[in-house]
Amino acid sequence: MNFFKRFAQNRGALVGLVILGLVVLLALLAPFLYPDSPWRMVQRPFLAPGEVSGFWLGTDVMGRDVAAGLAHGAWVSLLIGLISTVVALAIGVPLGALAGYFGGKVDDALMRFTEFFQTIPNFALAIVLVAIMEPSTFSIVLAIAIVSWPPVARLVRGEFLSIKHREYVEAARLVGQTHRDIIIKQILPNTLSPVIVLASLMVATAILLESSLSFLGLGDPDTMSWGYMIGAARTVMRQAWWLSVIPGVAILLTVLALNLVGEGLDDALNPQLARAR
Amino acid sequence: MSEPTRESGAPLLRIERLSLALPEGADRLYAVDNVSYDLTAGEILCVVGESGSGKSMTANALMGLLPSGVRVAQGRALFDGQDVLAMDELSHRALRGRRIGMIFQEPMTALNPLMRVGEQIAEVFEAHDLLTPRARKERALALLEEVRLPDPTSALRAYPFELSGGQRQRVMIAMALALEPELLIADEPTTALDVTTQAQILHLVKDLQARRGMAVMFITHDFGVVAEIADRVCVMREGKIVEMGEAREVLDHPRHDYTRALIDAIPADVVAAVGRPADVLAAVERPGGAIPPQRDGTQSTPLLSVSGLDKVYRTSGGWFQPKREVVALDGIGFSLGKGETLGIVGESGSGKSTLGRCIVGLNRPDSGEIRLDGVDLSALEGRALRAHRRRIQMVFQDPYASLNPRIRVGMAIAQGPIANGVPKAEALAQARALLATVGLDGGAAERYPHEFSGGQRQRIGIARALALNPELIVADEAVSALDVSIQAQVLKLLDDLKRELDLSLLFITHDLRVAAQICDRLIVMQKGRIVEHGSAREIFNSPQHPYTRELLEAIPGRRDAPAPVTATAGVL
Repeated sequence: MNFFKRFAQNRGALVGLVILGLVVLLALLAPFLYPDSPWRMVQRPFLAPGEVSGFWLGTDVMGRDVAAGLAHGAWVSLLIGLISTVVALAIGVPLGALAGYFGGKVDDALMRFTEFFQTIPNFALAIVLVAIMEPSTFSIVLAIAIVSWPPVARLVRGEFLSIKHREYVEAARLVGQTHRDIIIKQILPNTLSPVIVLASLMVATAILLESSLSFLGLGDPDTMSWGYMIGAARTVMRQAWWLSVIPGVAILLTVLALNLVGEGLDDALNPQLARAR
Repeated sequence: MSEPTRESGAPLLRIERLSLALPEGADRLYAVDNVSYDLTAGEILCVVGESGSGKSMTANALMGLLPSGVRVAQGRALFDGQDVLAMDELSHRALRGRRIGMIFQEPMTALNPLMRVGEQIAEVFEAHDLLTPRARKERALALLEEVRLPDPTSALRAYPFELSGGQRQRVMIAMALALEPELLIADEPTTALDVTTQAQILHLVKDLQARRGMAVMFITHDFGVVAEIADRVCVMREGKIVEMGEAREVLDHPRHDYTRALIDAIPADVVAAVGRPADVLAAVERPGGAIPPQRDGTQSTPLLSVSGLDKVYRTSGGWFQPKREVVALDGIGFSLGKGETLGIVGESGSGKSTLGRCIVGLNRPDSGEIRLDGVDLSALEGRALRAHRRRIQMVFQDPYASLNPRIRVGMAIAQGPIANGVPKAEALAQARALLATVGLDGGAAERYPHEFSGGQRQRIGIARALALNPELIVADEAVSALDVSIQAQVLKLLDDLKRELDLSLLFITHDLRVAAQICDRLIVMQKGRIVEHGSAREIFNSPQHPYTRELLEAIPGRRDAPAPVTATAGVL
C-alpha cells in the first residue's frame, strides 16, 4: 500500500501506467477484435483512416487492415520486450553478482568479458546476430538480450561491491553461511530496487530495438510488428503518411509509458531519493 | 572584542516559548515544545539530551536550517532584540556567519573537499563582501594561528583530506570565528573525534570563548563534556526542558530523575576518581561492579591466545604516487581466559578494529597465530574455517548497518543455526527464546529491523551472536553508537549474559569510561602496537605508558583535575 502511495505521488508514472495498461489490453484483446491474420488483404490498398467504415485506421500498401496490425503488433512488441529483458537479467545479474562479490581475478575476468560486449555497438551486433541466426522471434529475443545485459552486470556488480562490506553481510559470513546463501539471501534482495528500475527502461529499449530490426526487414517474417509496419510504409511516406505515423506513435507512447513507469518505480523504491527531490 | 559583561544588560539570545511542529505522522507533535531560555554574552550554555530529544532543533531554527516539514508553531527567538524567526532571508543571511557562527559534528562533510583550507576561510569574508583578497588571506592565516593549528602557513594550502579530524574541526572553528560572531553554536562538535582530540578542542572552545567574550551554545549528548565546559546546562527530553540551571548545581544535585539517570549512566564515580586511586578501587569493586575479584593470571589454559600478529594495509601506488603502507597490527600478542572480559582500548587508527576482525576471521593477518583452544584459526580455510567460525561471534558497531533491512528479525537470528544444519522451525523457535533472553518480546521475531530503535537493534545483534552458542564474543564498539542511558543497559546485558553463559568477551572500544564498566583486563593500543597491558584496576590506578596517561586525562568530565595537558596540541 505504502509502495503504491509513493508510486502514485508521481503523476507521470500514473499516466504511464494507464497508457501501458491500454497497450497491454490491446495486445490481449487482439485475437478477439481481429480474429483473422493481420497479414490478410481485406480491402482496397491506401485507404485513409475513416474512409471506409470498419477500417478506422485505414489500410496499407497491400490492403491489409492497419488497426489489426497495430493490435497484433502490440502483442509482439511487448512479448519481445519482456522476454528479452528477462533473458538479459538472467545473464547480467549472475555475472555482476559473482564479479562484485568475489572481486579480484573473478571480477577482472568477468568485467573484461562484459567490456568485450560493451565495446561493440549494440545495434550493429544485434543485426549481425539476427542475420546469422535467421530472423525469427527466438533469434530476435536472443540478439536483444545479448546486446543489453552488460549494463545490468555493471549495475549489479556496483551494488554488490558496496553492499558486501555492510556489517550484516559480515555477520552472515561469521555465522558460517555459504557464499551462495550470502549472495542470494543477504545481498541480492538489497540490490533489487535499482535493477527493477533499470529493467523497466530495458523493456522500452528492447521494443525500440525490435522495431528497428523489423524496420530493416530483419523481423520475424511470420509476425506482424510495429517496426515492420513502419518499414513497409517508408516508401509511400508521401502518399500515405498515416501508415508510418500510426505505428510510430504507438511505439512512442509505449516507450514513453515504460520510461514514466520506470521513473515512478525509482521514486517508490528509493524513498529517500524521492523525498529529497 | 568586548569584555564579557555578564551581569549587566539584556541577554544576547532569548528563546521565548518556542515550539517547532513536526510533520504529520511523526512520533510526536512537536520537535521542540514550549521551550524558553536565555543566553548571556560570555556564557557557555550546554544543551544536553539524547538522540531525538530535539536538542539541535532550536539551533537549526536560529540558523534557518530547519529540515523541510518542520515549522515554527509558536514563540520567538530574540537575538539582540530582533526576532530571528520572523526575519526575511536577506537580513537573516547578514546575521548568519557574521553575528552567529556555527560548527558542526562532522568536520569532513562540513568542508568542501575540493577547496584549499585557506580559500574556504577567505570565502567567508567574500560571502559578506568584506576585505580585499589579500587581507582575507592574512586574516585566514591569523585565524588558523588562533585555533592553534600546527604550521598554519602550510595548512592554508592544504586540502581538507590532508588534515586529521581534529585539525579539520579546528579549521571549522576558524571559519565560524572568522567574522567574530557574538554567538557561537556548536552542534556536537567533538562527537566524531577521539578522546584526546576532543579534550583539546573543548579546551580550545573554552579558551576562545573567554578571550573573545562570546556566548556559546554547545549542544551535546555527553555529560562529561558538560562538566568540562558548561556554565549553565539545559537538559532536554522529547522536546521539553526537564531541567535547567548552573552546571555545577545540575551535576552535583540533579533534581529531575531523567538528569540523574543520564549522569548515572556515565560511570561518573570511576571517571571522577581517576587520579585518586583509593576511589577507583571503591568504584570498581563495589558489589556487582565492573571488576570481579582477583582472577587475572590464574587461568590454567587460555581460550584464545594470539601471538606475533602482523597486518599491513598496502595501497598500490599509481603511476605518479608512491605506494602507501599503513601498519595496522605490529607484533600483537595476548591471551584471553575462559569467562574473562578483555578490553582493547585505543583511538581511531590504532588498529584495534583490525585486531578484532582478524580474530573473528573477517580479515587475514599477514603473519602470526590466533589459537582458539589450541587450534590455529589463521591457518584454516573454507569448510574447516566455517566450522570454527561458530565459536567466535561478533557484535557490530552500527546497529543500523548490522541488520539486513529485508530480513525479519527472527530469521536474522536463526540463519546462523540454519547454516549450521539446525532445522528451520527449531532455529526459529530458538530465535524467539533468544529474543526473550536479550529482553525483547517474542513477537519481535516477525518484524523488520527498521521497526526497532538503536538499542533494541543492538540487542538483536547480541541475540544473533548468541544463536550459535559461541565461546568468545568480539564486541567492536558495540555501544558507541548508542545514547548513554541505552549504553548502560546494553553493557549490563552483555555482562549478565557473559556470566550466565560463561562466555569470554573481547571488548573493543575507544571509550575508557565504557571499558572501565565491563572489562577485567585492558590492552591499550596505539599505532598497531600494544603499549600497555594490565588489569583494569592497574591501568586506571597507575598508568605506565604516557599514551595511557594521556587517554585517561582526556576523559571529559573529570573533576578536580587540571585542564587537559596540551602537550600534543602541536601534533594533533
